[in-house]
Amino acid sequence: MKIIAAIEHVIKKPIWDCQMCGQCVLHDTGMTCPMTCPKTLRNGPCGGVREDGHCEVKPEMRCVWVKAEDRSRNLPLLPTVWREHFNNLRPPVDNRLKGDSSWKNAISGRDKETPPGWTPATEAPEAEAKA
Amino acid sequence: MSRLGELLDKGDELIITGEAPVIDGGTLKDYEAKLAELAPWCDAMNATDNTAAHAHASNVAMAIAMQRVGVEPILQVVCRDKNRIAQQADIMGVALHGVENICCLTGDDVTAGDEPEARRVFDLDGPQLVRLANSLKEGRYLSGRKIDPAPSLVIGAVENPATHPLDYRAQRAAKKILAGARFLQLQICYHPERLEAFVAALHANGFTDKCAILPTVVAVKGPGPLRFMDSSVPGISVPVETIARVADADDSAEEAYQLVLEQCQHALALPGVRGLHLTDFRKDGSISRLCADLGIRPRSERESRANDFALAN
Repeated sequence: MKIIAAIEHVIKKPIWDCQMCGQCVLHDTGMTCPMTCPKTLRNGPCGGVREDGHCEVKPEMRCVWVKAEDRSRNLPLLPTVWREHFNNLRPPVDNRLKGDSSWKNAISGRDKETPPGWTPATEAPEAEAKA
Repeated sequence: MSRLGELLDKGDELIITGEAPVIDGGTLKDYEAKLAELAPWCDAMNATDNTAAHAHASNVAMAIAMQRVGVEPILQVVCRDKNRIAQQADIMGVALHGVENICCLTGDDVTAGDEPEARRVFDLDGPQLVRLANSLKEGRYLSGRKIDPAPSLVIGAVENPATHPLDYRAQRAAKKILAGARFLQLQICYHPERLEAFVAALHANGFTDKCAILPTVVAVKGPGPLRFMDSSVPGISVPVETIARVADADDSAEEAYQLVLEQCQHALALPGVRGLHLTDFRKDGSISRLCADLGIRPRSERESRANDFALAN
């Protein structure tokens, strides 16, 4: 399985500076890797974006999320459903998947697994059943 | 329930929160003295979490100290210094002491502080932390492990209406509101039109009914802090004309006061704004003057008037 991760890395590193988190959300974030944000934020820009749209931590770099937001609206050929996912609440990173192939985890569904406490009780299946 | 929680439930009365000063040494008595100027005006005050990435007495310790001196705390939790296990432990820890108000932030980076060589954590981000706090409130750790009884929590967050991407900021705020934030303390904004657009977008979509919007106002005494915030605090920009207005005035301190007063009046006049979050850099008694000029009564009076009204009805 390591070979798949190696292939993925070779392709995605030069294009997106892929950090191999193993749970890729590129498609939801305007084809911009949120793991290249120095704070590795998965849910949008922090409040420290500079007046010129650059990063709080690396002033020479355009904020990853400013770029992502721009691209999620303006990138040609991006499916509408991906654009619509931009403001979804993405779950915390599962640190066990680092270095793994996100392709493998997407096919198996492993990348969608979240801790049981992540889904609000009001949205959990048992709550729906009670209602 | 906390006073802040009760006010949020009522849905109409003014809410004033304040940024409690940090403390780096001394005793509970010293801390009480530091709180004395702002506390009488505030419904609750933030026990900050290593502001601007500088180590201080911890958020948890300050929140408990506030409880002990009769000030209602809001535990600020940032994502920079601790992972999700420690964050849950802090929230549950203060809940044990009766602290209910929690404000969830992503937090400044370590490079903003005086120990930029430190490891940054950011295991969670701000919106995820809001959802995590909500899970605790529902009686479950993130793992799903039960908490019985569940802590009574009043969850809030922050957002910066003044920085890029400007058109997206209200959507990011909405994400936090949907995740469970019932109050939103906004970063100080020196661009009135940006604050207006941000609040209007939330108001138009019904989010201001679900969440109390509390713009921050920083009481400054002259052009120095304005220049500092503009140059050294990422995410805050102060227009040159605003700095010049204060710097060029015959009485800079008075002009700075007038600027702060105008900011408060402007924010409070926006439909959807429930109150203010006050930060005092002046420390010269101006908060009393400010509240008097705004027609804001001390908390104790607001409390008793509300009680009288409740009894009369």
